[in-house]
Amino acid sequence: MAEPNLVLNNPGSDTAREQDVIARVQRGQTDLFYELVRPYERRVYAAALAILRNESDAEDAAQEAMLKALANIRQFRAEARFSTWLIQITVNEALMRRRRERTVVMEGIDDRRDEEGEYTPRDFADWREIPSETLERKEVRQKLADALATLDRKYREVFVLRDMEQLNIQETAEALGISVASVKTRLLRARLMLRDLLAGGWERGWFSRLPFEKGSKPW
Amino acid sequence: MVQPPALREGKQAMVDREDVKCEQVWREISNYLEGDVDAGLRSAMDEHFKTCQKCKSVLQGTRNVIELYSDERMIEVPVGFGRRLERRLVQGTRVRGTGWSTWSAWLVPVAALVLIAGGVRIASSSTIPHPLQSEHAQPGHHIPPDMLVIVTAGAKDFHAPGCDVIHNKDTERTLTAKEAIQQGYVPCVRCMRKYLETAEVGRTSLEIEADTSLDAEDDGARARR
Repeated sequence: MAEPNLVLNNPGSDTAREQDVIARVQRGQTDLFYELVRPYERRVYAAALAILRNESDAEDAAQEAMLKALANIRQFRAEARFSTWLIQITVNEALMRRRRERTVVMEGIDDRRDEEGEYTPRDFADWREIPSETLERKEVRQKLADALATLDRKYREVFVLRDMEQLNIQETAEALGISVASVKTRLLRARLMLRDLLAGGWERGWFSRLPFEKGSKPW
Repeated sequence: MVQPPALREGKQAMVDREDVKCEQVWREISNYLEGDVDAGLRSAMDEHFKTCQKCKSVLQGTRNVIELYSDERMIEVPVGFGRRLERRLVQGTRVRGTGWSTWSAWLVPVAALVLIAGGVRIASSSTIPHPLQSEHAQPGHHIPPDMLVIVTAGAKDFHAPGCDVIHNKDTERTLTAKEAIQQGYVPCVRCMRKYLETAEVGRTSLEIEADTSLDAEDDGARARR
């Protein structure tokens, strides 16, 4: 895997300039399209990976989705966020591929079971804010990624779209074709489960070299 | 007797503070962090967190999860992903272009002839610039003027979005390459390498071929993964 090197939300983006480039691509300057999607390419890939769980499939789906975005660029409306539009197209492409692979039937059984009952947090140790500098360490990022990978599909997808891709609740619901209430329920569970998973990692020494005070946990 | 609204709300808030239980806090904690609970419940939860260490632990742990996973460093892509995406888009654009009217078909060979003629002229010219000793502070060649680039305060380089050597990210500005050059910025030696003079001048065809083959190696590495 490559070392990460992109600001997720592209904070320096100039919306007016982006709209101008979009308009030019819509008028036929398709050679500008890659420059348009480049700030979001990592998010596009992450969205596809959350659904397909395979790097090669995710990359292919992301590429195909960007080709579809280019083919349908005239349908993009300025009132929407371009990044959200790209991610929604990617999610559609990834979902379509997964349906084609017929894996959804088996996971659907889990979906119904897992939504029953409430989730009760398991760990109540003292807490402490975790410094973002710890993410400089690849092993920490890997542990976080591993924890996320253990979540059931429906929790992982909602969590990735809302908390990593920064779609809002409504956009997440629309992208996945589920209700807003389902997004909120799944998001709650995903967040609490990750918290517990990572607290367990603390016990096993994943974060033993992190600069926390003795006796406190980051989770 | 009907109570004034403020008194009614105050009384309700008191009741909420008394009534909120840990289970309800856990159920609403995600909505709380989203700012998606009404004022009465928020107030009740705030009071609860002051006295309940368990729920305080859940709140902070959940907040840590959200903040860590929202960090851009949590998204990693395979090596060469951007280059392969760009290549596929270029190929896709060409495929889409096959529907052009026939009058434009002759543009391609004409353009190729112009490029060849230009190349021959450059190759035979005695004014080829001497390769610069340093890659820094070079103007770059054939940078698409409309390409969106990033500049930051206190730096002289402009970068492609996503370059990993951008400093002072909180001061980022996006502008076109043409504007960046007009404002005195020079291409980053990392992300704009292909446009720099020393990256091309003096290279043999074998070196260029070797560079081209990197794409194939990327594909091979992906396959092995």
